[in-house]
Amino acid sequence: MIKFSDVNYHYKEQSFHFDLTIEAGSVLAILGPSGAGKSTLLNLLAGFIEPSQGDIAINGLSILKQSPAQRPLSILFQDNNLFSHLTAYQNIALGVHPGMKLNEQQKQRLQTVSEQVEVEALLPRLPDKLSGGQQQRVALARCFVQNKPILLLDEPFSALDPVLRVNMLERVKSLAKRENVTVLMVTHDVSDALAVASDFIFIDQGNALTVEPIKHLTREHSNQHLVNFLSAEVGKDES
Amino acid sequence: MNKQIKSVQIPGLILSISIFSFVLMAVATLLTYSSELSFTAIWSDPYYRHITRFSFYQALLSTLLSVLLAIPVSHALFRCHFFGKTLLLKLFATTLVLPVLVAVFGLLAIYGNSGLLAETFAYFDLPLPFSIFGLNGILLAHVFFNLPFACRLFLQALNSIPEKQHQIAAHLGLKHWNKFRFLEWPHILGQLPHIAGLIFMLCFTSFATVMALGGGPKSTTIELAIYQAIKFNFDLQTGALLALWQIILCALLAVFIQKISSTNLLNTNYKGTENTFAHRSFLSTCWDVSWISLIILFVVPPLLMVVLSGLNAQFFTVLTDIKFWAALKNSLIIGSSAAFIAVSFAFLILLASRQWRLVGLNGRADKIEMLATIILVTPGLVVSTGLFLLLREMGHIQSLALYIVIAVNALMSLPFVLKSLAQPMLHNAQKYELLCASLGISSWNRFYWIEWKALKSPILYSLCLSFVLSIGDLSAIALFGSQSFSTLPLYLFQLLGSYQMQSAAVVALVLLVLSVGTFIVIEKLFQLELKKRVIND
Repeated sequence: MIKFSDVNYHYKEQSFHFDLTIEAGSVLAILGPSGAGKSTLLNLLAGFIEPSQGDIAINGLSILKQSPAQRPLSILFQDNNLFSHLTAYQNIALGVHPGMKLNEQQKQRLQTVSEQVEVEALLPRLPDKLSGGQQQRVALARCFVQNKPILLLDEPFSALDPVLRVNMLERVKSLAKRENVTVLMVTHDVSDALAVASDFIFIDQGNALTVEPIKHLTREHSNQHLVNFLSAEVGKDES
Repeated sequence: MNKQIKSVQIPGLILSISIFSFVLMAVATLLTYSSELSFTAIWSDPYYRHITRFSFYQALLSTLLSVLLAIPVSHALFRCHFFGKTLLLKLFATTLVLPVLVAVFGLLAIYGNSGLLAETFAYFDLPLPFSIFGLNGILLAHVFFNLPFACRLFLQALNSIPEKQHQIAAHLGLKHWNKFRFLEWPHILGQLPHIAGLIFMLCFTSFATVMALGGGPKSTTIELAIYQAIKFNFDLQTGALLALWQIILCALLAVFIQKISSTNLLNTNYKGTENTFAHRSFLSTCWDVSWISLIILFVVPPLLMVVLSGLNAQFFTVLTDIKFWAALKNSLIIGSSAAFIAVSFAFLILLASRQWRLVGLNGRADKIEMLATIILVTPGLVVSTGLFLLLREMGHIQSLALYIVIAVNALMSLPFVLKSLAQPMLHNAQKYELLCASLGISSWNRFYWIEWKALKSPILYSLCLSFVLSIGDLSAIALFGSQSFSTLPLYLFQLLGSYQMQSAAVVALVLLVLSVGTFIVIEKLFQLELKKRVIND
């Protein structure tokens, strides 16, 4: 269980406020217009920025004192997930040990995960010899070898074409289920959320509404901003 | 948290501040030697007034000649593709790092009193219509160093014109003069203030060139006057006064250059698009070809002469001389130590500054880098002088000479190393800072797997640059060198001074091979690395 208790954060002129609880095992879609604070929420949780007030706890224990690497989560960015001077194998291995010292068991684990995301044939290659989708799959493999109970996705598939994107989302969903991982996924795409998420949260001008089951994500929702957002997004898809 | 200083920044901050205080201390020592700081004394002395004016005058002329000639040459190089162009551009890159005395030797071999030109004139029973010593020689050498440098930078600017703009120009029917005026000139103009400023500064503080080719008190710069005052007249007070005068002028110049230019020259490895819309006409081809021939005729023969005259009868005599080996050993020790120190310092300082750049505190980052590049406004000779005075009190000059020369050389190449590493290191951090934080890659692992593996080529290039600058330097060693302690450039200078031209030719060749060879070896290593990668895929 992830709990943001009265968390405040200020950046330049903008201020953000989060107070919410996310259940373990859920796949949460974080929706909202650009600049509303979707990535800020993830960065706070990941430890890249610190709140000016409030507490963030996982399973009842505050994580604010922990460095990003100590926190029980792995993360997938939109781009630059891979070190371009290291091979796919080395990139994944860095997720196991920051000095790339792997024992037999860890090597075995790396191999298994690579097979699950179907990158085992790509392991000796450098990232610039991989397509965008392949690169993100390698990065995803690294997230899973890290063996952390929470996975943060910051629009990692938005640069991929629609078919590939759905395919990747399916992979994430099934792997998360198998490994029992809680997923937080920032997206601006409503159909992505509907496709994989179990719950959603809407962020509006620096404030998060409560976490709701995904089936409440309709145009009949009581929040007018959310309804406007949905209409615009769906309209975009139809056009 | 953004305002805090991270632990990774501490070594860099300490270093920057230490370098700054170190230089200040050297200058302060000078101050204690000048009982009264009367700059009126400089200004009322006709000789010092003369050398101040001459310093400005020769720098101005050198800059004008280099920059004005570089415009048509770089434009011609931009439009023409010919066999050997890559090689020519590589030669251009070497002239700036070439040990000054090697170039001077090459120029003497062509334009000197017994050079190729003089011989040709003598064949027709004519005297050489000019003398290379004095203003002529200084200008010639300065243009030889800086014209190719300016050409490369202008060419880079031209290469950065996007392909689409060439297409639009072609579509609108812009040709030759009009295309130059509306498309190419603005790109050159953008670089002009910075390049001119840089060249002016380099020429203003020029030391070895003026020492070798100045030929008398009439053509002396402030930098050289400091050296003469200290080394020959042992007039410390005048030396100190002149050094301060030089610092003040340089600082004013640096501020002025900073004001007039806003562009950065960091993307030195930029490879532009091919200029696919070169409109050829007979006239324009003639124009381009003549400029390119001119520059080839200017740059190549002196270098060629160094090679040709180096392979003479004295070759083995020099190579069996113990003095040569001692000088070579000292040069290698100084070069590699200075390179290692400069690159390590630059790396640590940039670790500190880029952390601030990442969070948008560019002002702080600039300041910390500026502290470390203080040597740019405080020429090496001034630091050497200060150190010399400081250590003279302790009475250890001879035993410490080697370390002083290493330190001064490391400091002098630091600004160049900082410049060539700043952009790649910042880029690496921008891409990977969060990723490393989330994967817990830090300290040694971070250095080895992320910085070293990704930045191997700029780091090695910086080592090379610093090494070559240090083995070619004459200004630090000039003050501390003696019969028993010399480096290759000083040895070469001594040979030139005693007119042992054949031996000098051999030493010049060795220096040329050392400096150009270093870059060639590094480049070959990179190519091997690249090939290995291709095969692996």
